[in-house]
Amino acid sequence: MTRKQVNLLKSFGFYILLAVIVLQALFPFYYAILTSFKSGQSLFEVDYFPRDFDIKNYISAFEDGYFFSQILNSVFVATVVVIASLVLAVTASYGLARIRFRGRGALLFTILSVSMFPQIAVLSGLFAMIRAFGLFNSLWSLVFSYMIFTLPFTVWVLTTFMRELPIELEEAAIMDGAKPLTIIRRIFLPLLWPAMVTTGLLAFIHAWNEFLFALTFLSTDAQRTVPVAIAMISGQSEFEVPWGNIMAASVIVTVPLILLVLAFQRKIISGLTAGAVKG
Amino acid sequence: MTSGSGARQTGLIRQRTRSAWMFVAPMLVVLAIVALYPLAETIWYGFTDASLNSIDSARFVGLQNYLEWLDYGDGDGEWLGLLADERWWQAVWNTLRFAFISVSLETLFGMIIALVLNKQFAGRSFVRAAVLVPWAIPTVVSAKLWVWMLHDQFGIINDLMLTLGLISKPIAWTASPDTAMTAILIVDIWKTTPFMALLILAGLQMIPRDIYEAARLDQIGPIKLFRKVTLPLVMPAVLVAIVFRALDALRVFDVVYIMTPNSDETRSMSVFARENLFDYDNFAYGSAASTLLFLIIALITISFIYGTKMDLSGDKS
Repeated sequence: MTRKQVNLLKSFGFYILLAVIVLQALFPFYYAILTSFKSGQSLFEVDYFPRDFDIKNYISAFEDGYFFSQILNSVFVATVVVIASLVLAVTASYGLARIRFRGRGALLFTILSVSMFPQIAVLSGLFAMIRAFGLFNSLWSLVFSYMIFTLPFTVWVLTTFMRELPIELEEAAIMDGAKPLTIIRRIFLPLLWPAMVTTGLLAFIHAWNEFLFALTFLSTDAQRTVPVAIAMISGQSEFEVPWGNIMAASVIVTVPLILLVLAFQRKIISGLTAGAVKG
Repeated sequence: MTSGSGARQTGLIRQRTRSAWMFVAPMLVVLAIVALYPLAETIWYGFTDASLNSIDSARFVGLQNYLEWLDYGDGDGEWLGLLADERWWQAVWNTLRFAFISVSLETLFGMIIALVLNKQFAGRSFVRAAVLVPWAIPTVVSAKLWVWMLHDQFGIINDLMLTLGLISKPIAWTASPDTAMTAILIVDIWKTTPFMALLILAGLQMIPRDIYEAARLDQIGPIKLFRKVTLPLVMPAVLVAIVFRALDALRVFDVVYIMTPNSDETRSMSVFARENLFDYDNFAYGSAASTLLFLIIALITISFIYGTKMDLSGDKS
């Protein structure tokens, strides 16, 4: 083989590999969309390319009761959690990133450890607390319990981001006699917006997808969030699982996430690698 | 701020330290309420006889949930408690096996994808976006989706494998004990490989270009280049990624709970704990199991942070 042929073969192999990577990543979701447009008998015939286009499943997903309010539940919980985490995290990360004080390393260690807590380890304790507060089956139980993963994550990532900002900015303000709160508001907040959007988005996705707490702390269909709702769609028997409905609901709750992730792709990657704490 | 002295500066430092604590305090209070206190409660319930309806009147029973000798009174007896519970050890074994296999394969595939994405080619940003898609799909959705794709009669995976002649009759992936774990692994690896790939890619991109330039001039072959240059340099990033994924895999719940409920072959420690807490009316026992899982994960975390001498304070940089 000549050198040219070897190179040709190499790049051919490379593009095959690329095709495999793209195909395995996209095919399952493509198949979910395909299934969601099928109904009746054709659901049980395997197709690789679109054949039917029946939006019945989408209509029945919304007609079947609580789906719309379940989406609102998820939006509400995730939004409130993100806002609360960001408010607490901005000031905390300023203290942790910009001020050297004794005990800072230990604090960061604690925060990192909390972000690695297995959720199950706090489940029974939280359950008892939530019942004692009268929050069982209330969305506030989720707002409350989700802080356990969103807060350490946002603090950690914002601290990493804030550390990178040049110290001169701050020194000048200190010389002018600015108080820390003013420094945060006037100097760091404007610079930190991109980082806050990124961490906020990642925390939102995490809260949107959470399953264990939502499964445990909510007990009625009207209160459930979408992941639990989707997990609970079932038929009369094992043989009557309404796959068309499940796939339609899945597509509805996933498409916005995929669009967000694609739109903020670069920022998300930098946020993930800066945090490297949560997947 | 450098060593400049004077009362003004010391006062300033003291004031800044005070404000640092003031800024950190609200976050710490919230963390203590949502994490430390419930954790302490969980540990406490593990030492009690709490059941779902008697949580408030739980009594201390010592180590009974962990290990207890039940004396029959006739000189015979048996060991009871988690440490003598075969189902618990089965769950421990399932979880460890799951974590080991999934993290190994994710590292391998993540490395391959990262190496591909680290090259320059037309459409690279499209491929990078595509790779992110499985990660963006909620776990519940991907679990359901794969249950459907792995369906024994109507599933596309069986159809594909039959067409390709890889199998002669459909496999009941999630229902059969032999393949249940494989099914779980497929979903988890599919979903979390992107995360691994991104972390490794970030590590690859920190390697200075001129090292490769020099290697090219020295005519070092690609395999040797990977072994001697790329791999050692990217290793720290890979190790961090492995540990984070491993901790995540050890607490696996959603995929197992949705894909193979009630399967002895796949029941993870988290699933075991939740079953006891809420399905079997064994609140104390489930709490004890949760505590053990927490201990395992805490040990790994601490040894990792010490082992890698992680620079937490950021003072060195």
